[in-house]
Amino acid sequence: MAVLSWIRRHLLAFAALAVLTLLLVPNVVVAVFSFNDPVGKFNYNWARFSTDAWTHPCGSPGICESLGLSLRIGVTASLIATVLGTMVALALGRYQFRGRAATNLLIFVPMATPEVVMGSSLLTLFLMLGIPAGALAILIAHIMFCVSFVVVAVKARVATLDPRLEEAAADLGATPAQTFLRVTLPLAAPGIAAGALLAFSLSFDDYIITNFNASPSSITFPMFVWGAAQRGVPVQVNVIGTVVFLAALLFVIAGQVLSNRRQRAV
Amino acid sequence: MATQTTGDLKLSGLTKEFDTFTAVHPMDLVIPQGSFFALLGPSGCGKTTTLRMVAGLEQPTAGRIHIGDTEITDTKAHQRNVNTVFQSYALFPHMSVLENVEFGLRRRGDKNAVAKAKEALELVQLGEVARKKPAQLSGGMQQRVALARAVVNRPDVLLLDEPLGALDLKLRRQMQIELKRIQQEVGLTFIHVTHDQEEAMTMADTIAVMNAGRIEQLGDPATLYERPASTFVANFLGQSNLLKATVTGPAQNGEVPVTAYDTALTVAADHVPDGVKEVWLGVRPEKLRMGEHGGPNRLHGTVTDVSFTGVATQYLVRMPWGRELTVVQQNDGSNRARPGEDVTVSWAAEHGFALDASQAADAGVEEEG
Repeated sequence: MAVLSWIRRHLLAFAALAVLTLLLVPNVVVAVFSFNDPVGKFNYNWARFSTDAWTHPCGSPGICESLGLSLRIGVTASLIATVLGTMVALALGRYQFRGRAATNLLIFVPMATPEVVMGSSLLTLFLMLGIPAGALAILIAHIMFCVSFVVVAVKARVATLDPRLEEAAADLGATPAQTFLRVTLPLAAPGIAAGALLAFSLSFDDYIITNFNASPSSITFPMFVWGAAQRGVPVQVNVIGTVVFLAALLFVIAGQVLSNRRQRAV
Repeated sequence: MATQTTGDLKLSGLTKEFDTFTAVHPMDLVIPQGSFFALLGPSGCGKTTTLRMVAGLEQPTAGRIHIGDTEITDTKAHQRNVNTVFQSYALFPHMSVLENVEFGLRRRGDKNAVAKAKEALELVQLGEVARKKPAQLSGGMQQRVALARAVVNRPDVLLLDEPLGALDLKLRRQMQIELKRIQQEVGLTFIHVTHDQEEAMTMADTIAVMNAGRIEQLGDPATLYERPASTFVANFLGQSNLLKATVTGPAQNGEVPVTAYDTALTVAADHVPDGVKEVWLGVRPEKLRMGEHGGPNRLHGTVTDVSFTGVATQYLVRMPWGRELTVVQQNDGSNRARPGEDVTVSWAAEHGFALDASQAADAGVEEEG
């Protein structure tokens, strides 16, 4: 009986642990195999411990070029999408205007459209417009689907803000620009940050839409990994995967610490 | 502060129309500099809309707003030297209490912003919490921060939009006294919007009673209470017993004879509007006396309800024609009547007031709650 009740009391902890394990196991495998020195082309079986891949992360031809392109596209796309998406979200959240309902609906279309459909139709569009497949086409496509996610994230935040706060700022003598910079923007910041991070990871991660609009000279990191998987995956992929995971983890922890500290500030 | 425009606040023909209704009918009003003015009325009477037009948060459909000789009608909210204490306080949650209070001063580039803000926090007795965030304060403290944030700018006009609405009764009483003290200390023009008649009467020098987008009556609290100009005011400010009566003759010795339900009664002549014959004869419950010592006006009835409230006893006395009069007697040690007892209710001529009978007798009753 004692054992049973002990289990019952810790059931939630067990469940949480099981879910966490399930979520983290793939990451752990990726990290462990980044220290492998595989026999043959495929990094599927453990051979022996090695730090070769960590000391030569660019050791596989083309891998760092593709990573660089993905980072550049990811940063640019998320920056532009965040600026556009924040403006759209503020407009939708704060003002009544013609076409507001339609805009609200259209924002969801890129999220709901299958990526294969979107990728192929974007390629058609770009060809018609005379925009060559390549980095620019990829960037435009990424901005397009990232905006929706930014809008949703920022709009959720704006909806919780008291519109009286902006009136109060104006009442206290703040010009519209000052009101935006000192009141609206800081208060919407958590939503904007969430939207920006989401946009970056979506862009960095995207394969299908990217693949449609890419040219041989614009191989992004996911495309590189996909291509490599046909011929043999270099261990460097695991290294970069681990670094990206750790960077994301660091971001999340930093965000938590920051918001905790802000709440406790006296 | 030579650049400041000081003077009375003047509203001329100020109007606000929305798509489907008129929130404020053309309004003319002068609020003297340094006064504590209350806009009193039920929700939806246009008082908050009026306030927001003065603040610059709402654009009037027509009319003009002046402070002293300067017209501010077309200036934006941030250009006006008018500050508001919002009902929801609207404190900036991401700033400390001190930063909130400094906000207005900093926008004007005041070099002594910190010192002045601290001084304002001392004025509302919140010096110790300057570094806290608004969310860490109680409702009453937040309210005082909102007040300090507005007062610190020394505006020409300070607007208070139901500032005490969210506080419990005890705290509200305390803040009423506090607000009045602060107003006298800083000498600014305060315009206080409220639906609470007691709050308005406690604090304001002058009250404008608003109803359906119009000012029903303007005056000091005592005049409004003793001599309401309409049934709405009579019912909205305190309680009134209204009797249907007919003026039966010209004034004699300053008193006008009237008949109500075949009983001859009198009202002070200056409490009767000119030229009306059919009137509502009003008497406040606390002006009525149980017994005959109240005055020459007497009505007989039966006590139907007695409620003891501590300082006073409230009676309901049923008249022969079915209507019940409310009588409030001070708890001064005299005998209390019992339910079922036949009693005489009396009052003096100067305690009555007459209102034009063309108005509804129950105007303003429901909102009074």
